[in-house]
Amino acid sequence: MFIIKHRNAFFALTGALVLAALISVAVFGLHLGIEFTGGTLVEVSYDLPAPGTGGQAGGTRPDPVALTNTLNDAGFKDFSLRETGDNGYTLRAQSIGDAQRGELAAVFSYQGGTAHVDQLTEIGPTIGAELRNKAILALGLVLLCILLFIAFAFRKVSQPISSWVYGLIALVTLVHDIIIPMGFFALLGYLTGAQVDTLFVTAVLTVLGFSIHDTIVVFDRTRENLRINHEKNRKEDFAETAGHSLNQTFVRSINTSLTVLFTLLVLYFIGPASTKVFALTLLVGITAGTYSSIFLATPLLVWVEKRRNKAKK
Amino acid sequence: MAQKRVFAIIVLLIGAAIGYFVYHSEVTASWPFKLGLDLSGGTQLVYRADLNAIQSSDVAESMSALRDTIERRVNMFGVSEPLVQTEQTSALSGTSEQRLIVELPGVTDTQKAIALIGETPVLEFRLLKSANPPAAFSTTTVNQDFEPAAITGKDLASSELQFQGSVAISEPVVVLHFTSQGAKIFADLTKNNVGRYFGIFLDGQPISIPVIRESIPDGTAVISGGFTATGAKELARNLNYGALPVPIELISTQTVSGTLGDKAVRDGIMAGLWGIGAVALFMLLWYRLPGLLATIALTLYIVVMLALFKFIPVTLTAAGIAAFILSVGMAVDANVLIFERIKEELRGGKSTAESISDGFARAWPSIRDSNISSMITAVILFWLGTSLIKGFALVFGLGVLVSMLTAITVSRTFLFALGVDAKYGFTRLLFGSGISRT
Repeated sequence: MFIIKHRNAFFALTGALVLAALISVAVFGLHLGIEFTGGTLVEVSYDLPAPGTGGQAGGTRPDPVALTNTLNDAGFKDFSLRETGDNGYTLRAQSIGDAQRGELAAVFSYQGGTAHVDQLTEIGPTIGAELRNKAILALGLVLLCILLFIAFAFRKVSQPISSWVYGLIALVTLVHDIIIPMGFFALLGYLTGAQVDTLFVTAVLTVLGFSIHDTIVVFDRTRENLRINHEKNRKEDFAETAGHSLNQTFVRSINTSLTVLFTLLVLYFIGPASTKVFALTLLVGITAGTYSSIFLATPLLVWVEKRRNKAKK
Repeated sequence: MAQKRVFAIIVLLIGAAIGYFVYHSEVTASWPFKLGLDLSGGTQLVYRADLNAIQSSDVAESMSALRDTIERRVNMFGVSEPLVQTEQTSALSGTSEQRLIVELPGVTDTQKAIALIGETPVLEFRLLKSANPPAAFSTTTVNQDFEPAAITGKDLASSELQFQGSVAISEPVVVLHFTSQGAKIFADLTKNNVGRYFGIFLDGQPISIPVIRESIPDGTAVISGGFTATGAKELARNLNYGALPVPIELISTQTVSGTLGDKAVRDGIMAGLWGIGAVALFMLLWYRLPGLLATIALTLYIVVMLALFKFIPVTLTAAGIAAFILSVGMAVDANVLIFERIKEELRGGKSTAESISDGFARAWPSIRDSNISSMITAVILFWLGTSLIKGFALVFGLGVLVSMLTAITVSRTFLFALGVDAKYGFTRLLFGSGISRT
């Protein structure tokens, strides 16, 4: 009831968050990774000589400026270099040739340390374009299927709000659930150089699937209570019924999200390095999804109902 | 009641048996987990096949010939469990082309892997040392039995398919034409070695070992080794165009070092254990007795999933492990829905047994719907994804299905089997939860 009563405050909060996310995307931009643009990604780490054997004491990776010059000389084009971990570099560059590939470890090595190529990924431009198409197609298909699913779930029209309004609101919460992680990811890209890859798309799609059912559970309860009221011939304000339903599903929504958030936190902090950004994106997305199904979906439903009532009078 | 308890015990025993299987197969390595290249370390190469010169009716055959050739080379390299497969990209994704995917576990030198695949076949000529050919040849004894001949594959100008003999019993043969330089060497060679066995080797494998009957001055040699017309044509083509039945172009590579993969596996296992622990602890603290049952159901879920990974087998990638850990958090979702419903029914003044059966019945539509939306995502991701995403989608989809099964059947069985009556203080407390208003 608290949420329904103060729904305008939550609308304002939601609006502010969405606006912040949109600004973040506009200012920082979403940078497509090499999976979508084509190119080369190299991760190296350094095997440093023990202190006192001629190498630098304690050992450090080479100076980025010096390394940049070396890479320029070796013919790498349009590259960006970023320090990763305690003792490594990540290089993103255009496609490389046989000569560069063969000498990768040698180019990165310097007097103070030997470089190991931990990971090398090369994506040709056609594969990049293909993955881009596939990602867009997957996003479109998931949205379409979810739309059909909503239409199916709410096919039985119930009073006082027709079923397509439930569907429309569910869709609005989905848009919210996409925008928030996108804004977050743009910021993350600015801070850490994270780029949009297929895992990001997977994270967004997973959030959509998870979030929509949260919303459906709340709406289902509202409809169930409306039916019970109807059967028992009980007159109750719609806002009250909706608030009541929200209270009943509140703990469940929070708890199911909590268990997922626990596992994601664990995955982020101690899981494999390659899925850290993925876990973080899911963490933000699922939080946004849970927030929207509690603080956005039902309040919007009540708002629509109030407006319709006014229009009738 | 007794029947329900027997059933619950059977479920527990089955779970224990599956758990033992997972443990035992891991210790004896009889059914190992299948790790993707990002975890085992290795190289994946993706090639595009240039089929411009191939008629569309011959595409499938050419691709399978290409795969066989590459497979032979990879096997010669001694890579354990390599994977060579062809793939037709779907027109949906914008391009329609034939691809060849080569996975080489344990090979972490990308350049070396590329060189191996792109190598043109090596044509060698050797002379048998002894007068009579041994009964069987093997690649290991080739160097003992044969000595290199003065002529090499470089001296070959072209080769062609011809038919020899009378029309009725004509036999397909491959005719080699040497360069003018090669012709001189070959003439000398044949003159000096009449009566000796002359071996022709492709990629180290003997193709044909004819006897030199006379000196051949004109720079052509005939290989007649009981070829079929197709076999002879293929050999002639291989020799002409060097490598492959279809030209290929490298369009993508991915290499992960073994150390990085090992670390990812260790981190993944640790994250899995801590994730399971965190979820179990939360369920126990919040839902008490039902929470314990949910934890048992979760344990069953985990052993069933691990057994499925081994059986199917699912190729586990870092993304797949992430999906599994994520699914642990989602697997208790159905339990949460059911327990919240049961609590509500209890508050409504119903008996425990009634509350449990009504709670299950009312929670079911929500559980079903929530799983449908996750399944939709999983199926689409699997259908469209790259191998990385497929790994995620498969584990995620499996997780959704198995968790629904364990949550519904297992939790239900146990709740009924307990047969407690929560009318009184202590049991009521056991069924209560964190912020209890009863």
